[in-house]
Amino acid sequence: MAKTKQKKGVSKPATLPRNEGMPFDATIFEGININRSAVERRAATMGKRRSVKKQWQAAWLLKAVSCIDLTTLAGDDTRSNVSRLCAKAQSPVRQDLLKAMDMADAGLTVGAVCVYHNLIRDAVDALTQSNIPIAAVSTGFPAGQIGLEEKLKQIELSVAAGAKEIDIVVSRALVLNSDWQGLYNEVAACRKACGDAHIKTILATGEIPTYTKVAKASWVSMMAGSDFIKTSTGKESVNATIPVSLVMIRAIREYHELTGYKVGFKPAGGIRKAKQALNWLILMKEELGDDWLNPDLFRFGASSLLGDIERQLEHHVTGRYSASYRHPMA
Amino acid sequence: MTIKEIYKNMSYGPAPESASAANDFLEAHNKTFNLYINGQWKKPLSGKYFDSINPATKEKLANIAEANDADIDAAVAAAKKALPKWTAIGGHQRARYLYALARQIQKHSRLFAVLESMDNGKPIRETRDIDIPLVARHFYHHAGWAQLRDEALKDYKEIGVIGQIIPWNFPLLMMAWKIAPAIAMGNTVVLKPAEFTSLTALLFAEICDQIGLPKGVVNIVTGDGKTGAAIVEHKDIQKIAFTGSTEVGKIIRRATAGSGKKLSLELGGKSPFIVFDDADLDSVVEGVVDAIWFNQGQVCCAGSRLLVQESVAEKLYKKIRARMERLRVGNSLDKSIDIGAIVAPVQLKVIEELVKQGVDEGATLWQPSWACPKDGYFYPPSLFTDVSPSSTVAQVEIFGPVLVAMSFRTHKEAVKLANNTRYGLAASLWTENINLALDIAPQIKAGTVWINCTNVFDAASGFGGYRESGFGREGGKEGLFEYLKPKIEDTFSDKPITHNKGKITGKKAKADKKTDKLNGVLTGIDRTTKMYIGGKQARPDGGYSTVIEGADGTAIGEVSTGNRKDIRNAVEAAHANSSWNGKTGHSKAQVLYYLAENLVIRRDEFANRLVQMTLQSKVEALKEVDIAIDRIYTYAAHADKYDGNVHHTTHRNVTLAMPESVGVIGIICPDESPLLGFISTVIPAITMGNHVIVIPSETAPFSATDFYQILETSDVPGGTINIVTGPKEELASVLAKHDDVDAIWYFGSAKGSENIELLSADNMKRTWVNYGKYRDWRDKQQAEGTTFLQHATEIKNIWIPYGA
Repeated sequence: MAKTKQKKGVSKPATLPRNEGMPFDATIFEGININRSAVERRAATMGKRRSVKKQWQAAWLLKAVSCIDLTTLAGDDTRSNVSRLCAKAQSPVRQDLLKAMDMADAGLTVGAVCVYHNLIRDAVDALTQSNIPIAAVSTGFPAGQIGLEEKLKQIELSVAAGAKEIDIVVSRALVLNSDWQGLYNEVAACRKACGDAHIKTILATGEIPTYTKVAKASWVSMMAGSDFIKTSTGKESVNATIPVSLVMIRAIREYHELTGYKVGFKPAGGIRKAKQALNWLILMKEELGDDWLNPDLFRFGASSLLGDIERQLEHHVTGRYSASYRHPMA
Repeated sequence: MTIKEIYKNMSYGPAPESASAANDFLEAHNKTFNLYINGQWKKPLSGKYFDSINPATKEKLANIAEANDADIDAAVAAAKKALPKWTAIGGHQRARYLYALARQIQKHSRLFAVLESMDNGKPIRETRDIDIPLVARHFYHHAGWAQLRDEALKDYKEIGVIGQIIPWNFPLLMMAWKIAPAIAMGNTVVLKPAEFTSLTALLFAEICDQIGLPKGVVNIVTGDGKTGAAIVEHKDIQKIAFTGSTEVGKIIRRATAGSGKKLSLELGGKSPFIVFDDADLDSVVEGVVDAIWFNQGQVCCAGSRLLVQESVAEKLYKKIRARMERLRVGNSLDKSIDIGAIVAPVQLKVIEELVKQGVDEGATLWQPSWACPKDGYFYPPSLFTDVSPSSTVAQVEIFGPVLVAMSFRTHKEAVKLANNTRYGLAASLWTENINLALDIAPQIKAGTVWINCTNVFDAASGFGGYRESGFGREGGKEGLFEYLKPKIEDTFSDKPITHNKGKITGKKAKADKKTDKLNGVLTGIDRTTKMYIGGKQARPDGGYSTVIEGADGTAIGEVSTGNRKDIRNAVEAAHANSSWNGKTGHSKAQVLYYLAENLVIRRDEFANRLVQMTLQSKVEALKEVDIAIDRIYTYAAHADKYDGNVHHTTHRNVTLAMPESVGVIGIICPDESPLLGFISTVIPAITMGNHVIVIPSETAPFSATDFYQILETSDVPGGTINIVTGPKEELASVLAKHDDVDAIWYFGSAKGSENIELLSADNMKRTWVNYGKYRDWRDKQQAEGTTFLQHATEIKNIWIPYGA
């Protein structure tokens, strides 16, 4: 596997070549068979085969922070809580802790701020002093039950409002009915509508009945030019899991081998603990390699994860178990 | 390394598991361990100790006592003394003890895991997540069997004192596999751990003490091969259970031949790992990791022969190489490694030499770019491609992290390659097609077949081999029979049982006297009794016949004198036709009923023959024929009913325990009961789908030879039953030495039994001999039933994980 030479600074805009996609070709993925039990066995042992302790744990947790899409996706989101979220995004870990770890000058921020369309403006206003990208969920998020024209319109409006990343949801019906050409067309159209904004395609894996279909949907999404593929909206009953992530990132690996394009991965929903974050980082390192341990190619969709990481970092620095009130809230 | 540096390079650091509790344990014993005999720690009478080494650091861990013959005497005496009471306390009390052992192991699980990892060199992840949980599971499971024995296995009883010798690759787990079923069934044990890895067994001895296990039920004696030999040869031991190399297994088979010691041997393997083109290749790669880089490849059932469908072979090799590059080798207590240390320098040397030989023979070796640490006995994961079945590395068990890969073109070829080995312990096959999986699994000669998984174990499933991988099963209900014997065996006689009116006076005539003897006998048309091979009546290769005398000493006819070539032909005929084996239970039953039907028609003729050959009255002879008919009915009834189990094993897994035919069985019939001795042995064997070579009663062969006419008229396919008449012991020896015979049943003298066991060691035939103890072939209890069917079958466990 060719190693990219670019050094990726923290929260710098990606310099990686974007995935330009490829013409739809079902023969590439129609033979895919994913064995659920074997995938789950690998997933279950993944976190048991590797362990990061002491300064390694601290460094890995800081890396996890840099990969977080700090998210709020609630009906009662307003300018005030989004502003607070943005402030936290720019200064995710207490300065004294960073200093103790000799990381105060590392320019640590989260990977992005993720909001609904209506809040993009507020986020833009709050993030003037940083280049943290704003991600907007789009295309009838979370269910995607609107027409394609409306979806494209939403994307255009969000990009115009200042979103640099668009998290789209796929039409589940296309996946359930194995209408892969239809799915390709939909994602490709969204990609086009995004323009320079990066597109993260949410498969909503909790609503896809088999891992084989998850793998195929991953392939189609990548062929259609997705910059990232993402597990879930966070609103399904089952969201990001390690096994489903394993299936998706193996597809990313094969796509990279075939096309040379590196597609990013974003697990979202249910990732609340530092330990979980480490498991995902181990998964990325083991299955895809170190290039995928950066915000260019890896994000967590999470809202409460950061709080747990902060407490673990304080424990690393002080040796005392921390309390959440000791860390500034988002 | 600073946090900032790690943040940039995202490397793994050391993640050591603490050794302090394990070191405390060693210190508490002053790093010197004695023998655990009769519930006490005893200094070895040898006065000698040897070192136990941590192979990952080369550090000495402790001094271990070396038991000599006198120590073994003491241990066996303790086990013998403890036996009556241990048996008498009953299943429920034994269940309580086993339950307590399970609980105690769980409570101290991390100490066991760390100690095992230090002693053996295997990764702490494996001892912590696999070995020790399986150990606890084994004791729990067998606590249950202890509870259920009296009800579920009421026709069986304990065997007595069991000698157990275990290997170093899974020290505590192999100990659990041995001790749990043995003591659950009411036996007492003397167990010898491998000399490289004694420590966890000694910690277990402490646990036995803590729970108040009655003294002498479990005795742990440490030592090397000499100590093991003393156990094997001890006269007061009734059974040997051994796990280890095939080489030592054969030595044990020979050493115990004729002794009447029951034997279970779990030996080596060169297990195939078969990948079809529709398999989930990324999952296959992880399967390969679990198959050959689990426990440094020091696993008897390691999937060490990768067989890949040609169309996906290169793609898979590429993926495997990429995965190998990411494997980590290091200190066994590091929580971030995949592969630990090789158990000892001697084993490392064997691996290095075999790999060198592989390279010298032209195979392509691939190893990762990184280097192993130097502070222990490490060996990198290795892959051989461009290998053919004739390569040494494709044939011999390397017992290290070395995989050999070959490709196949068709499903048929995959099966052939898979079975192209002397071993038959396990197989793993990967396909997303259930039709293919269930087609291939029964065709593989192996005791365990894992579909889309590998190296999965559970106490509820039996584990053990075909061919030179040994015999007997460990785990599951099938494993219990290794520690039980049928109660009925106690009623067997020291002398052959007949229903004759008096003693047969006639003695067998010599062939050269036949002309004189036959004068006056051949009054009618000359009747030629031939042998029966491959569905045809066959003349003997040697061209000789033997006169058979009747009960009154007069010659009653001639029988073909079979020789080694006739046996050879019969074995070939038995292999040539597989149509019988492929029949359903129902069609086999139909043929068997038809046999009985045809025997009924000739009832009188068969009775007359018996009268002629034995001193039975016509009434008694008719009785023998009637019982024979009854017996055929019994097995016809079993044909579609003696079946397997679905074991409760791991989550979302159907584990099928299937009784399979053993293959080709040589049957040496008893001399007494000419008809019943033939029917009672041959019919159960074929009922389970075996093909047989039968040597009928030497002195009274005509019931068998008359029977081939019935076979011919009853739709029994040729090659199913082959009858070779002639000198019993001589022909039996030829069969026992024939490498294409899978099992041999012998009913005759103690001396003959010993001979059969001795000669069968070379290809590890399954043997079933009577040690000069005789059944009453008329007695249903003694001469009929599931014991016969058990010997006619091997249990294959097929693991089928599911989930869409």
